[in-house]
Amino acid sequence: MPVIRVENLTHIYSRGTPFEVTSLDNVSLEIQRGGFYALVGATGSGKSTLVQHFNGILAPTTGKVWVCGIDVANKRLRRELWRKVGLVFQQPEHQLFEETVFDDVAFGPRNLGLSAKEVRERVFDALRLVGLDPDEVEQTSPFRLSGGMRRKAAIAGVLALHPEVLALDEPAAGLDPLSRRQLMERIDHFRMDRGITVVLVTHNMEEVARWADRVAVLHKGRLAMEAAPREIFNKAEELRAMGLDVPATVELMLCLQARGVPVRTSVLTTDEAVEEIAGLLNRT
Amino acid sequence: MPEKKTVYGGFPESPAYIKVKGLTYVYNSGGPSEQVALTGVELEIKKGEFLALVGPNGSGKSTLARHFNALLTPTEGKVLVDGMDTRQAEYLWEIRQRVGMVFQNPDNQIVSSLVEEDVAFGAENLGLPPSEVRARVDEALRLTGLSEYRNHAPHLLSGGQKQRLAIAGVLAMRPDCLVLDEPSAMLDPSGRRELMDILTRLNRSGGVTVVLVTHDMEEAAAADKVLIMSGGRPVREGTPAEVFADEQLLRDVGLELPVAAKIAHRLRRRGFLVPDGILTVKDMVSYLCR
Repeated sequence: MPVIRVENLTHIYSRGTPFEVTSLDNVSLEIQRGGFYALVGATGSGKSTLVQHFNGILAPTTGKVWVCGIDVANKRLRRELWRKVGLVFQQPEHQLFEETVFDDVAFGPRNLGLSAKEVRERVFDALRLVGLDPDEVEQTSPFRLSGGMRRKAAIAGVLALHPEVLALDEPAAGLDPLSRRQLMERIDHFRMDRGITVVLVTHNMEEVARWADRVAVLHKGRLAMEAAPREIFNKAEELRAMGLDVPATVELMLCLQARGVPVRTSVLTTDEAVEEIAGLLNRT
Repeated sequence: MPEKKTVYGGFPESPAYIKVKGLTYVYNSGGPSEQVALTGVELEIKKGEFLALVGPNGSGKSTLARHFNALLTPTEGKVLVDGMDTRQAEYLWEIRQRVGMVFQNPDNQIVSSLVEEDVAFGAENLGLPPSEVRARVDEALRLTGLSEYRNHAPHLLSGGQKQRLAIAGVLAMRPDCLVLDEPSAMLDPSGRRELMDILTRLNRSGGVTVVLVTHDMEEAAAADKVLIMSGGRPVREGTPAEVFADEQLLRDVGLELPVAAKIAHRLRRRGFLVPDGILTVKDMVSYLCR
């Protein structure tokens, strides 16, 4: 069952001015409940514009977007929508503002009118989910944390709202490889554990190959492809023409195939690539 | 007994362009939120080198990079840029002109509403005659492949183009050295490719010294040298092949191998005699098609 339905969505910024830009052009797609959905596309392809419709920050110029059955253009249901959809912006650490990590993460839950005890439980739970030790950081100023920890604290603030849909815009950009992997593992764990839907905007094709079950490729505001990662990465030429790429594993297989080496190009993960090459070496 | 000091970087025969001696840097020194970011860093970067600076978040990479053009000055120890001590105020402008910085977020580095004016900004501030500024802007636009966009508004450029614009602005000041702090973190795959192509070209044919702070191990593998930072000090320095041969160390400091190196490593563990030094997809392909 789709949790997000986008129908003929067009979004035009600065409409009626000389700066008018059509950011999304007649996009239609469905995102299934409980899935891990990746949105990819070159800079300016409309990814961020699209996710900002999911919690009503942006309203369609034309077309419709329903999230959890709510029409995002309906202003009277905006509060309800915000409870259901958590959106982590790019560089969310810039939005930290409270004096302590606890207060920052607690900001959303307090606005939901929860009791002090419930707020505390949610904050601690969310901090643990992102891999921060609540006892260690709760009274610390967010500005004293390292960049990676600040990012995690900012994401915890969204998780503490217990969203049904978690949309993240480049959550791992600027994180070191280990923090990046851990963050993705935790997001996926959170998805399975709570049955939520994850929508991930990313430039990292390795991440798409590793985590997503479905991918939408946006190109100049239009939906260019929508399929499982394996199918998408089978179209290396088309992806590169759109400013994207395939994961290094796929590139390796394509290069080998171009040199006449008999390998499958449907390989996605490092494990699969190791198997494929081991098989090849065993045969020679 | 004093610890033996290891000086990283530099070949004996070529002079060091940037010399870091016993550098310690403390944020909010003496204040309640005092934080030691670098301790006793010894490093030499030679002219024409392409150095990748890697390490986990909070390891001190960016703090170290900001010392190379005197955005930060040492709490203890010193940093010399072509012999000039960064703590001496009279060298400040000279150092900033010779060593240019490019940051992570391209949107924060735009100062004008027109591409060519943005590129000219730094050069104009050097007090050069207009004809010289114009010549430098033309050259910088050409080197970064932005000539056709000279009359465009910067905010309408793609992420990769914006980073190239930031580089062009620095190039117009004719620096000896470019220091880039995670310039590709916000870029899409083609933006990353464009950026790496330009950096490699500027380094190889333009002789520009490049210091690249990055979390992307594929990018680090393209450098001449890789320096790993951890806990505020350098822990390993060498060619990419040397540094990426030590998988254990990388794991200990929270880094990863480039994908091709990871595949080679796993094949070795399974008993295949895969040679050392496979870092890129190209290396792996030439090994398998030998």
